[in-house]
Amino acid sequence: MYRYDIHDQTLVDERVAQFRDQMERYRAGRLGEEEFRPLRLQNGLYIQRHAPMLRIAIPYGMLAGNQLRALAEITRRYDRGYGHFTTRQNLQLNWPALEDVPDILADLAKVQMHAIQTSGNCIRNTTSDQFAGIANDEVEDPRPWCELIRQWSTLHPEFAYLPRKFKIAVSGAAQDRAAIQVHDIGLRLWHNADGELRVKVLAGGGLGRTPMIADVVREDLPWQHLLTYLEACVRVYNQFGRRDNKFKARIKILVKALGIEEFRRRVDEEWAHLKDGPQTLNQAAVDAAKVHFPEPDRRPVADSANDDFDRLRTENRSFARFVTNNVTDHRVPGYKAVTLSLKRREHAPGDVTADQMEAVADLADRYSFGEVRVTHEQNLVLSDVPVDELEALWKELEALGMANPTVGTLNDIICCPGGDYCSLANAVSIPIAQALQERFEDLDFLYDLGPLDLNISGCMNACGHHHVGHIGILGVDKKGEEYYQISIGGNSTDDASLGKILGPSFFREDVPNVVEKVLEVYVSQRHEDERFLDTYRRIGLKPFKERVYA
Amino acid sequence: MPNKAMPNETPVEQVPVHVDHLIVNGELAAENAWCVSYDEETLPEQRPAFVPLALWQANQEDAELAPLLTSDTALNTELAAEVSKATAIAVDFPAFTDGRGYTIARLLRERYGYSGEVRAVGDVLVDQLEYMRRCGFTAMALRDDQHPEDALRALSFISVRYQPDVEERQALFERRLSADK
Ligand code: HEM
Ligand code: SF4
Repeated sequence: MYRYDIHDQTLVDERVAQFRDQMERYRAGRLGEEEFRPLRLQNGLYIQRHAPMLRIAIPYGMLAGNQLRALAEITRRYDRGYGHFTTRQNLQLNWPALEDVPDILADLAKVQMHAIQTSGNCIRNTTSDQFAGIANDEVEDPRPWCELIRQWSTLHPEFAYLPRKFKIAVSGAAQDRAAIQVHDIGLRLWHNADGELRVKVLAGGGLGRTPMIADVVREDLPWQHLLTYLEACVRVYNQFGRRDNKFKARIKILVKALGIEEFRRRVDEEWAHLKDGPQTLNQAAVDAAKVHFPEPDRRPVADSANDDFDRLRTENRSFARFVTNNVTDHRVPGYKAVTLSLKRREHAPGDVTADQMEAVADLADRYSFGEVRVTHEQNLVLSDVPVDELEALWKELEALGMANPTVGTLNDIICCPGGDYCSLANAVSIPIAQALQERFEDLDFLYDLGPLDLNISGCMNACGHHHVGHIGILGVDKKGEEYYQISIGGNSTDDASLGKILGPSFFREDVPNVVEKVLEVYVSQRHEDERFLDTYRRIGLKPFKERVYA
Repeated sequence: MPNKAMPNETPVEQVPVHVDHLIVNGELAAENAWCVSYDEETLPEQRPAFVPLALWQANQEDAELAPLLTSDTALNTELAAEVSKATAIAVDFPAFTDGRGYTIARLLRERYGYSGEVRAVGDVLVDQLEYMRRCGFTAMALRDDQHPEDALRALSFISVRYQPDVEERQALFERRLSADK
């Protein structure tokens, strides 16, 4: 985990004082509503349906146990005792009081946390692979690079008033788990034939009103130039991104309007001046960042533990189910990563109570070197669990209601807050997720369906990533009534694609039936072991359409 | 390329700036001689004055004029060499949310080595001053409704800079490394 030094700590402390001052001026009427807006957004503060909403940054999804405990305490003291983990690996509080926000930020600063740039038209929290540093297929641990990007982007003097928000995601593995193709900038770390680290830079992806898959700007950037090249990209965007229409202000519109060649030419022209400048990285700087992400002090796990583990899987069906879906292989033999499901019918996807946060912090301390990761699927991960402790951990998770053995299945729904909380929503989304979870709770059926991403957004801003759900559900408004549009075929990983709309939208009550019909088509048409997505890609939209609108 | 400026309601007449709304080198200015004129056709009577770029280009022999750059100005070597002859350059912020002016200032300072005054004018707010200074503005003419005392306080809140900027030439990661040695 990255630990603050005096500089980082001074910065968050000073930022609290600064925001307190801004808040006081706002409340005293010396700072207008319009003028306060970007300032509060860049401190994570939204004005929402029922109350303000505060978005707390969790850089690249990494949390220490003591931070999670502090978050629990904050939700109790200032909110209603729970928080919401988001698709951007952050935590949102739905009910803080406006006047408490400076105190909340001060409490966060005590545990090396903040809400800086979690919203607003600036470079947002950089996201990454939840299995960073432990994945089997990893080429390069993305976390030190994310941290270097975090520092470069935090309070960047030139980029606080970009045309629109700006999101960067980094992946360092063979398989992309960070959805880099649907970010403003996606970075892929890879090794060339000589074993040298290179960065593939993508630009112009994004969801929202005009969803787009990113283009490749540069295949093989030497790592030394990561920050100067990013600076060039963002500078080009700052200068040429549209500012006359906020719906056309994202970098994806610029990249498409110019064409990727012209965009690349402008970036390169800019970069020619920045290259080898003061932000050029050197080995010492990267090593200094790497020091913060050491290998944990793993005890050796005896080979016999693996045998015991295998035996347990065959003997205990419940445990086996959990292992199959929620446990991921680890780079280090004898260790596994465990995904804690935040998907239960009684709660919105991603919601966690303060008690659960504390319990998870405790589990992290006992089973996984005191660290927790937030996934963009709105779950939590314990990344370093020895196989001989898996069963014990699983039992504790069961007791907490966090052992739902459904990670990666239809039940593992990604869902935005929708109409229950969000003032931009066209329709509710949480009740849709709950209705679907209720309809599809039979585990055998869920497993039979195989990996399936079902994503729900309450409006076209696409916070719930509906475009890249294998099945996507979007709340739409027709003459003041709530309807739902269903799309299929979206995907956020390596072969990213945007879902295609099935046809006219549906009433809320009909959504589970429609999804059921879509699944029936899949089940009847699939080849053996074929994923939903592959069946769809093979047979196209038509059979689904015919069945659903029959 | 569609890159219109923000909806433009810039006044055509010249804008005086109260002395106590001008910050120069981190302090309230004792005097402010310059006026800003947005009129693209006619030179203002008052001098010295910042006037739109084309008007300035046409009247370069008048030493009491200086260029006022719009936020969509595309700086290149040629233009930079030309405006660098002026004793001061103003960069307009048509809306405080228009961040292009920051890039313009950095380019003037860091790429083209301009050493005269670079002044932010237009929708200049208290809470932008710190970023402006880091990007190379040496003078900031606050919008009329801004409180100068708030402005001075706002300039001193944040002391940490991760990035190199016009004042601090090393990135923090470099400074950390040299401190370790
Ligand atoms: C409740 C308050 C929220 C508001 C007002 C809000 C607002 C927005 C808006 C306006 C956009 C569209 C931006 C654009 O395309 O230019 C957007 C996109 C997005 N939001 Fe939210 N959001 C909220 C909550 C969330 C939550 C809870 C999550 C995560 C669960 C989230 C994650 C995202 C993501 C991933 C996108 C898509 C960004 C892209 O195009 O790449 N937001 N949000
Ligand atoms: S998708 Fe729409 S409804 Fe859902 S959180 Fe985003 S803005 Fe709100």
